Formats: sequence, C-alpha cells, structure tokens
Amino acid sequence: MTKQEALFEFLLRKADDSLILGHRLSEWCGHGPILEEDIALTNIALDLIGQATELYKYAAEVEGKGRTEDDLAFLRLEKEYKNVLLVEQPNGDFGKTIVRQFFFDQFENLLFQSLTESKDEHLAAIASKTILEIRYHLKHSSEWMIRLGDGTEESHERVQDSVNDLARFIDVLFFQDEVDEILIQEGIIPDVKKLRAEFDKNIDEVLSEATLHLPKENWQREGGRKGIHSEHLGYLLTELQYMQRAYPGMEW
Amino acid sequence: MNNKEWPLWEIFIRSKQGLSHKHVGSLRAPDEEMAINNARDVYTRRSEGVSIWVVKSSDVIASDPSEAGPLFEPANSKIYRHPTFYEVPKEIKHM
Repeated sequence: MTKQEALFEFLLRKADDSLILGHRLSEWCGHGPILEEDIALTNIALDLIGQATELYKYAAEVEGKGRTEDDLAFLRLEKEYKNVLLVEQPNGDFGKTIVRQFFFDQFENLLFQSLTESKDEHLAAIASKTILEIRYHLKHSSEWMIRLGDGTEESHERVQDSVNDLARFIDVLFFQDEVDEILIQEGIIPDVKKLRAEFDKNIDEVLSEATLHLPKENWQREGGRKGIHSEHLGYLLTELQYMQRAYPGMEW
Repeated sequence: MNNKEWPLWEIFIRSKQGLSHKHVGSLRAPDEEMAINNARDVYTRRSEGVSIWVVKSSDVIASDPSEAGPLFEPANSKIYRHPTFYEVPKEIKHM
C-alpha cells in the first residue's frame, strides 16, 4: 500500500464517520424533545456533514481518479463505507443519541486535536477548523450526560441502559491497521493507542459526575472499518442515497 | 403553569458591530449553563453574536403598561431634548 492509498483510505474512514453520524442526527430534525434541542442536534448534524464534505473533497483529490465528494458520499455500496459501527446505531431515545455522541465526541476531540499538528498541511487545516466544532459538540453531549445521568430516576436508568448498550462500540474507535501504520510513520496521523489513556480518563470524569458507569460485561464488536456493518447501515444508506439513485447526477 | 416546565430565560446578544447586548428573545432551559448553550444554538447560528447574556425571565422587573401615560407622555412635548437644532459643519461627515 502506498502512502497515497493509505491517506485516501484514512480520509474516507473519517469522512464516513462524520457523514453517517450527521445523517443520523438529521433524523431528529422536527422530532427533538424541545425546540432548542431540535436546533442543537441539527446544528451538530450540519457541522458533521460539513466536515464530511471537506474530507471527501480532499479524499477525491488524493485519489486522483476524477471522482467528486458527491460520488464518494452517495454512490458507494454498503461494504465500501468504512465508518465505525458506533455512528450507524439508531437514535433510540434522546439519551441514547447523547451517549452515542458523547463517546464519539470524546474520541474526535483527541484525534482532531492531534491532527492539527499533522505533517499533511491540508489535513492539518481541516483539523484546525473542525476542532472548534468538536469542542462544542463535546461540551453539549457532556453536559447532557451529566444532567440525564444525575437527573431523575427515569433519566438515569434510561441513559445507563444506553451506556451499557453502546459501550461495546468503544474499542473499535481505536482500530488500527496497515493504513494507520503507514500514516503514523509519515507523521500524518497520531498513534491513537497513545490517546487511549486520556480518552478513558475523560470518559470517566464525566460518567462519575453523571453517576453513571461503564458496564463490566463489555464484549467488543468489530467491523466498521473493514466495511462490515450492522443491519442498520443499509436502511440508512437507502434513505441517504435515494435522490442520487433516483435522479442520477442531480444537483441543487 | 406546569411546575415541571423548565424556567424561561431572556436572551441578550452582543453583535460584532454593536457595543451593547440587545434583547433577542427568550427560551426555556433547565439551568443557566444550558440556557447559554441553547441561546448559542437558537440565536447565533448565523454569526449574530460574540457574547451572550442570559437572565431568568422571572428576575426581570418590567414597567406597568397601565402607567405608560405618566411614565412616557411628559417626554413627548419636550422636543428641545433632541439635539436637532444645531447646524453641523459640512466637514463633519459622521455625526
């Protein structure tokens, strides 16, 4: 695998994470528990889709085969999507959406902070813009974790259930293979293994303030990065890709 | 009012150009920190502001509309309070 191929693959993975989670959050539009939160979730959705656009654009450029960001976003098959399993999980109730977001934001916060120092200038520039958005997402999801966890009996129970359910998708955030090894060597991306201790500490801090805890039984799910997904992604893509499939080449 | 409802907050935003915070509307939030977050999402998504104030609506003391007469009417007949009788030299362009 060349450095160029590895960079393309990495960009695709991260763009897919943002696109799929952004799409999931957009499903809340008009369904938020309160107007303010409806807007907050769709704001975050738009941030994520904006990030995906930048990453796909750069990926298309790196690939150099004449594909555009739209081709990458809309015209691949399920197994060609490389997002982690966490982001494709259904929204569930508001608490579950927040837990999913919280785990993801904690990871993104550390990853993109490191990426601002990437030796790849284009990627560093994207990261410098993105990290500000991510910090707000993290603040938003963390504050809700605390309020729901340390809220009423019912909110506590429901959000703890979601923590139990989604914790099995945490380890895979730190998935590494040849792609990562090449890029770490080149100083383009950080070695996420080295971010794990800080990640665990940051998660713990919020969870303990929220009177929540990670489950002991924590059988980890793999897949995602290798293009193997849970049954939920296919349905999501059907909706996401509908317009481009029904009206090929359609533009705004 | 249902006592489970979150308190109402009045939101003030200072725009990039403006010197003072201006009232922009109100929203509900469980506490002051969330009120700031909500205000950020509801009222600054088009780059409207650089600073946010939130005040509990119940802490705002308002003038009584039925006293509008005694409060505001007396000022109406005192046009000399508006500095409109001065001639501004042409050289001064921005007044």
